[in-house]
Amino acid sequence: MSIKVENLSKFYGTQQAVKDISFEVKTGEIVGFLGPNGAGKSTTMKMITTYLTPNNGSILVNDIDAQENPIDVRRKIGYLPEQNPLYQEMNVVDYLNYTAELQSVPKESIPDAVKKMIKVCGLEEVKHKDISELSKGYKQRVGLAQAMIHNPDVILLDEPTSGLDPNQIIEIRKLIRDLGKHKTLMLSTHILQEVQATCDRVIIINNGEIVADGTTDSLQKSFQGQLNIHLIIKKDPKYGREKLISSLETIKNVEKVKVISDDENSWTVDLTATKGIDVREEIFKKIVSLDMVLLELHQDETSLEDIFRKLTT
Amino acid sequence: MKNSLTIFKRELKSYFTSPVAYIIIVVFLIITGWFFTSNLFVAGVITMRSVFDIVPFILLFYIPAISMRTFSEEKKSGTIELLLTKPISDFEIVIGKFLSTLTLAALTLVPTIVYVISLKTLGPVDFGSIISAYIGLVLMSGIYVSVGLFASSLTENQVVAFIVSFLVIFVLFMLNKILVYVPAPLVSMLEYISSDYHFSSIARGVLDTKDLIYYFSGMSILLLLTKTSLESRKW
Repeated sequence: MSIKVENLSKFYGTQQAVKDISFEVKTGEIVGFLGPNGAGKSTTMKMITTYLTPNNGSILVNDIDAQENPIDVRRKIGYLPEQNPLYQEMNVVDYLNYTAELQSVPKESIPDAVKKMIKVCGLEEVKHKDISELSKGYKQRVGLAQAMIHNPDVILLDEPTSGLDPNQIIEIRKLIRDLGKHKTLMLSTHILQEVQATCDRVIIINNGEIVADGTTDSLQKSFQGQLNIHLIIKKDPKYGREKLISSLETIKNVEKVKVISDDENSWTVDLTATKGIDVREEIFKKIVSLDMVLLELHQDETSLEDIFRKLTT
Repeated sequence: MKNSLTIFKRELKSYFTSPVAYIIIVVFLIITGWFFTSNLFVAGVITMRSVFDIVPFILLFYIPAISMRTFSEEKKSGTIELLLTKPISDFEIVIGKFLSTLTLAALTLVPTIVYVISLKTLGPVDFGSIISAYIGLVLMSGIYVSVGLFASSLTENQVVAFIVSFLVIFVLFMLNKILVYVPAPLVSMLEYISSDYHFSSIARGVLDTKDLIYYFSGMSILLLLTKTSLESRKW
């Protein structure tokens, strides 16, 4: 019950959508695949489901090679594509019967499998309605039911909550969490809160490359509490820019100094300090001791959004 | 093959859940019925000839109309991705869709048996040639449906699929009617490619292997092309 991706690359024409990525998803994990639109999330998922073939690299699902045995891999996977395509003219029960048959669920256990999915996904009220008549939230449930009807080991959900209203989003997230307990589950999204609400681990992807990979906790910890200090200092002919940076770097607990802009009268500087330590006073004293003029100083805590933005722009 | 059967059942059912199939069948019967009765009552001839002459023309439009949605619609709505990520082979999908569309075409012909029965009450009927003409029509539909599936697999636009398959079918149908304008060495080749040439030979009551080979190899080639076109997503 695992996904193992190694050195995966995919080109669309000359454009490289996925650049040499590797990761592993272990049994029982819920992994969020996070990235801005067009980062290569869907492409990667489509390659895992064997809908697309990579130009390079290998994919193992339960140690089965996706390129050598695509049919066996598809048996293990439940997949909800982006936009949740459905046969609008079918009714819910017929549709689930159909997918169960295509997933080669044994004939005698199809009625039970369908019944179970209707119960788990809360489709009891609408089971005899045509799919085209359902609300978006119910359609999404049908999509989820369809993906899990054959009790797959691995579930891939491509943007499972896009286009839903806030209440529906909460319901679907809860459903995903419940379902993910005993499965290997991977969901893609461009919404941060989604990852925080549902996933154990997050892989952030940007421009086809993995830029961060870790548990949501560790990622949050490694960035949260980290303080960003923003300074504007008046230019002084006595000191050059290098001199300023080097003297700021001598302050205890200051980790990174970066001049962001350098205009006629002032320098704008960004500082990162060691977690949990307030260095504002030291900075002020240092600048005074250099006989320079501090025009502005403020400090803000890095939020997960900042991390995401930092990593993906 | 079990998977093809699953797809076959769903597709066939989906034709009949919308009114389109019924409308098309009714129009088909009105046109053939008019040709049948006018010949019977006006010319006073007991024959199915007039029906078997007109049906190939109707098929030119009818088959593209029923096959244009097979893949285009799934491509447009994205359900093709669901289908192609199920544990079934691309060829099983093609076969399932082919058989369901061909079955619809064949079902359309079923009511015309009424004409045969009513002829029987009026006089002697040559059942041998009628049966082989029906077989010929089904085979002809088979090759047209294969063209239609291939055209449909190329585009997500049903109108484009219709036009492409109509043009190809039209050319296949017309080839043996333009032979006078063609240089002599090409004549026998073009004649062999023409779908109508083989149909007329079958409709005369002769089931020749040459004609059967034409239809079955033509269908196989086109269905393999359709499968290749589905796989092109991976290129």
